[in-house]
Amino acid sequence: MANVISDETMGYVGILAKLELSEEEKQAAKKDMESMLDYIDKLNELDTSKVEPMSHVFPVKNVFREDVVENGDGGEATLANAPEKRDRAFVVPKTVDQ
Amino acid sequence: MSKQYETVIGLEVHVELATKTKIFCSCSTAFGSAPNTHTCPVCTGMPGSLPVLNKQVVEYAMAVGVATNCQINQYSKFDRKNYFYPDNPQNYQISQLYLPICHDGGIEIETENGKKTIGIHEIHMEEDAGKLVHDDWEEVSLVDYNRSGVPLIEIVSEPDMRSAEEVIAYLDKLRMIIQYLGASDCKMQEGSMRADVNLSVREVGAKEFGTRTEMKNIGSFKAIARAIEAETARQIDLIESGEKVVQETRRWNDEQGYSYAMRSKEDAQDYRYFPEPDLVPIVISDEWLQQVKDNQPELRDEKLKRYQEEFGLPEYDAQILTSVKKLADVFEATTELCKKPKKVSNWLMGETMRLLKEHDMDPEDIKFSPINLAKVIELTEAGTINSSVAKDVFEKVFSEDIDPDKYVEEKGLKTVNDEGALRETIEKIIQDNPQSVEDYRNGKEKAIGFLVGQTMKAMKGKANPGMVNKILKELL
Repeated sequence: MANVISDETMGYVGILAKLELSEEEKQAAKKDMESMLDYIDKLNELDTSKVEPMSHVFPVKNVFREDVVENGDGGEATLANAPEKRDRAFVVPKTVDQ
Repeated sequence: MSKQYETVIGLEVHVELATKTKIFCSCSTAFGSAPNTHTCPVCTGMPGSLPVLNKQVVEYAMAVGVATNCQINQYSKFDRKNYFYPDNPQNYQISQLYLPICHDGGIEIETENGKKTIGIHEIHMEEDAGKLVHDDWEEVSLVDYNRSGVPLIEIVSEPDMRSAEEVIAYLDKLRMIIQYLGASDCKMQEGSMRADVNLSVREVGAKEFGTRTEMKNIGSFKAIARAIEAETARQIDLIESGEKVVQETRRWNDEQGYSYAMRSKEDAQDYRYFPEPDLVPIVISDEWLQQVKDNQPELRDEKLKRYQEEFGLPEYDAQILTSVKKLADVFEATTELCKKPKKVSNWLMGETMRLLKEHDMDPEDIKFSPINLAKVIELTEAGTINSSVAKDVFEKVFSEDIDPDKYVEEKGLKTVNDEGALRETIEKIIQDNPQSVEDYRNGKEKAIGFLVGQTMKAMKGKANPGMVNKILKELL
């Protein structure tokens, strides 16, 4: 395997993904990620300097909506999945930036 | 402080666009509904939902770009900005990083030292987040996704500003341009215009920028000015005492007058942008771009010039009338009706402004119809009512938008032009005030003012002051 993911990178990715992994899970994820990177590295075997980066598979452009209200009150459906709700709002652990 | 420092400021301004629906779904953007009323699977990030771009958002973004002298990217795309926060149900915000719709523009502001251009690095389209309400008693927050998916444009300036005054001038200019375009109401107090301030200091003459900090979401012009002052002082203090400015995001607490670092290392600002796979590219044809250019309304600078040239208004009047689009709209509609631009201007700059201030209102809150102001002007000009009655009538127009013709008729406010009746009253006033009469005859010109006042009082304010003066002088 050519690509090596350090423990530090693993920890950082964990923070970004908000995941708390056990030592075993970390090692397994590391292995997976390394093999994914190796797979992507195959692209380096080709000269892609003249290829435009592709973000979409289909040659479609300009899909628009007109600015017309069509949706009614979606509150009930939206809150149907809420683990906890109050006053028509989702209840989440307190979030304050401080 | 021996060294001289210079403040370097760049702004990121978020503006909520005035569309009827959200950017990627047909939920309403209406303000003030019960929490989560305007939500659907798209704007709450349900798996499998598909965003579809609101065409009006693209047109508003293009219009703002054209009006701020930007280049329009005729090939533009959306990207995902990944972060976790409960106001963001998808765990990513759809935004534009690599190919924003507008770039490399700029607007001119007035400064103490003359005109100055503030560069605009780019303008991109993105979606707003939901709103969190923090419970005061419990360790919970309530989430409302009504704002989630409301369209925003983010206008990123170059670091071209050097003082709070320049920042305010830039924001004010932007606000007016966008209001004139009708792309947003830009009300800072309601959050439809918000600014992040990027600020660093350096020694005067230094070529390199200092380390900058970012202050997020400051909600008023005054708070921005205070935040800039405090952050400048804080950074200079750090440098003077040999410490380093840390690149970080800070939150400005306007009540307490200080800022504090907002994000910890655990919340690294690593957004791992990647192209948004659910939205196809936007290709703007030359024709479409030309159409948007052709549809640009008259902007503030053009109006400013035209009001002076076409209506012969003093620059001062034109400045004030064009400072808020609503005022300019009322001015133009009223002038169209009564053809007396200077009179209309006087009523708007005088009584209207006075009443707005008295009621703690903004010009945007003006509710009276131009036709009713035009009628007040016509009644006054025709001498049907005198100027003090006109002010009372206008107050009614201002607060209740009454029809002045009817009101004057019903309340019997017409000026008494009946010379006989007036003469009778004045004769009585002269009889009752021999001292003033004597004073006047002895050369005290001012005494006549008292007699005019007494006459007006006796006529309940409805006499024609010119006529009162004339008859008084005649009888004396």
